[in-house]
Amino acid sequence: MTTFLRKRIVSSAIPLVVVVLGVFVLARLTGNPVDLYLPLSATPEQRAAFSAANGFDQPILVQLWDYLGQVVQLDFGESLRTGQSAGEMVLEAFPATLQLAAVTMLIAIVGAVLIGSLAAYRPNSLADRTSSFLSMTAASIPDFWFAIMGVLVFGVSLGILPTSGVVGGPEVWVLPIATLLIRPFGVLVQVVRGSMVAALSAPYVKVARSKGASEPRVVFGHALRNATMPVLTVAGDLTIGLVNGAVVVETIFGWPGIGKLMIDSILQRDFAVLQAAVLLTAVTIFVLNILIDVCYALLDARVRQAVPA
Amino acid sequence: MNPLPSTATADPEAATGEPALAVENLTVDLHTPTGTVRAVDEVSFAVHKGRTLALLGESGCGKSMTALSIVGLLDPVAEVVGGSVRAGGKDVLTLSRPARKKLAGPVLSIVFQDALTALNPVQPVGRQLGEPFRIHHGLSRRQAKEKAIELMRIVGIPEPRARARSYPHQFSGGMRQRLLIAMAVALAPDVLLADEPTTALDVTVQAQIMQLLRDLQVERDMAVVLITHDLAVVAERADDVVVMYAGNVVETGPVREVFGNPRHPYTRGLLDSVPERAEKGSPLPAVAGSPPELSKIPPGCVFQARCPLARERCAEERPALTATGSGRAAACHFSEELASV
Repeated sequence: MTTFLRKRIVSSAIPLVVVVLGVFVLARLTGNPVDLYLPLSATPEQRAAFSAANGFDQPILVQLWDYLGQVVQLDFGESLRTGQSAGEMVLEAFPATLQLAAVTMLIAIVGAVLIGSLAAYRPNSLADRTSSFLSMTAASIPDFWFAIMGVLVFGVSLGILPTSGVVGGPEVWVLPIATLLIRPFGVLVQVVRGSMVAALSAPYVKVARSKGASEPRVVFGHALRNATMPVLTVAGDLTIGLVNGAVVVETIFGWPGIGKLMIDSILQRDFAVLQAAVLLTAVTIFVLNILIDVCYALLDARVRQAVPA
Repeated sequence: MNPLPSTATADPEAATGEPALAVENLTVDLHTPTGTVRAVDEVSFAVHKGRTLALLGESGCGKSMTALSIVGLLDPVAEVVGGSVRAGGKDVLTLSRPARKKLAGPVLSIVFQDALTALNPVQPVGRQLGEPFRIHHGLSRRQAKEKAIELMRIVGIPEPRARARSYPHQFSGGMRQRLLIAMAVALAPDVLLADEPTTALDVTVQAQIMQLLRDLQVERDMAVVLITHDLAVVAERADDVVVMYAGNVVETGPVREVFGNPRHPYTRGLLDSVPERAEKGSPLPAVAGSPPELSKIPPGCVFQARCPLARERCAEERPALTATGSGRAAACHFSEELASV
């Protein structure tokens, strides 16, 4: 297991370096911060002074070299806008995104397992066809449209939910989570159903019944664990999508997470913050992928042994 | 009771009292997309404790379907439409699902063919073997594990305590079949059905598994229903035999008598095709043709298309299972002719 983890970590380091380089270059293509931060009337001397103070007068390769030197010391520079440390700003915003993603995935997985198993228990029954139709619909709805319609109906017309912000009780969570939830939930119901139909027709399920096992024991004790592999793969992908999808939802609902921070820092040419935010997102995805692999190994002894020691 | 005479006559003592399993006129329909077909047609037999009955027939003759309807594990496309199955003093077909589950393990138990897929790949085998005790005796996880280890020792798994933590894929085919048998006999059922328990195994391992089944049967005084297409296994291991063809019983009786002097042309054809019986140098005789599709079973005798004795009467009238001697019966209009051959 440790060898396996070490290998994964080493092989993931290269994409991380590529991300750092890519973001560094792409961020500078969004425009020159000097134009944004200094008034139009600023003199060339003032502009040169601002550039020099922030290192923008150096050739890009020199800037990159300096930046990499800082990153390896975990120094991500300072925000142009606030002067605060970029690393700190990103770490402050991150928990809000994580909470949103974690709650969403928890609801999606638990709900999908229950509904998908129920649908798979009697294939082609009314319950199965209803859940197939609804989950397919859910998986096909664009999240930004759903978010705007949610705000319109529940926030504006009915006035029962806040349109944005994080101040207030549990009701502030409803629309952001519903928006993030709808696609993963729909997709997961379909995946759980598919793999449960296969698992429930396996011979070991017959054997479990021949021992007199109750139906819940058969479904959740024997079939479900065998059906988790494909579900885990898709759930992992969807979680990664959530971390990215947070950009849309956080912007629409004014949720102070890393997605909103990212958008704000692009609009304000706040390179240091943008770079730190993207790097943290990349690291998160990298950690998630390792967690998924570890889960595979924990769930199935065959995977555990397939890993070369 | 039924037109079928009691099948157990070799040992009159064992045949007294109520049989451990009595199947009467069991009829099973298969609902396929192209229509309903009869997979098992009025099958009857009985087994007493300590006795072995073989259900013999080609693939698709309905022998596995018969076994699955007895233990209540038919797929949803199959439906029991008639007959009764008595075990544990009850007609199990009339019981509610929970009541039936109570019998699954302590009264009726089944061993399947392919032990690799029949064991759950993601659970340690000790946990799977302990499950019957947890379900029916309410034992704790730890107590059940001790029982499982004991079972593994009984069926001859080396180092059972350490191996209880292993997963099915870490065992050989023969060991997996031993585990499956251990799980089926865990609660010393009255009746053990074994559906081709050795088909997937090497010949040497087959003999060991059959011996294990025999030992467990004697030790736990179980009635065994052995489902097989292997004539040698039937001859060696069974007391009585039920020969099935296209969902029907064509001949039944004590193995020694049925095999010694078959009274149905199908049984005779099967026995003639055993290599050891054939004359050296001459081509091996075989039953010509193949069994009818279930949707195309003719109105008369089910075997008429392949029967060397078939005549007009066979196409019109289905022969009933009629006594042909003490404890045996055959479904052929001309079984008398075979007796003299």
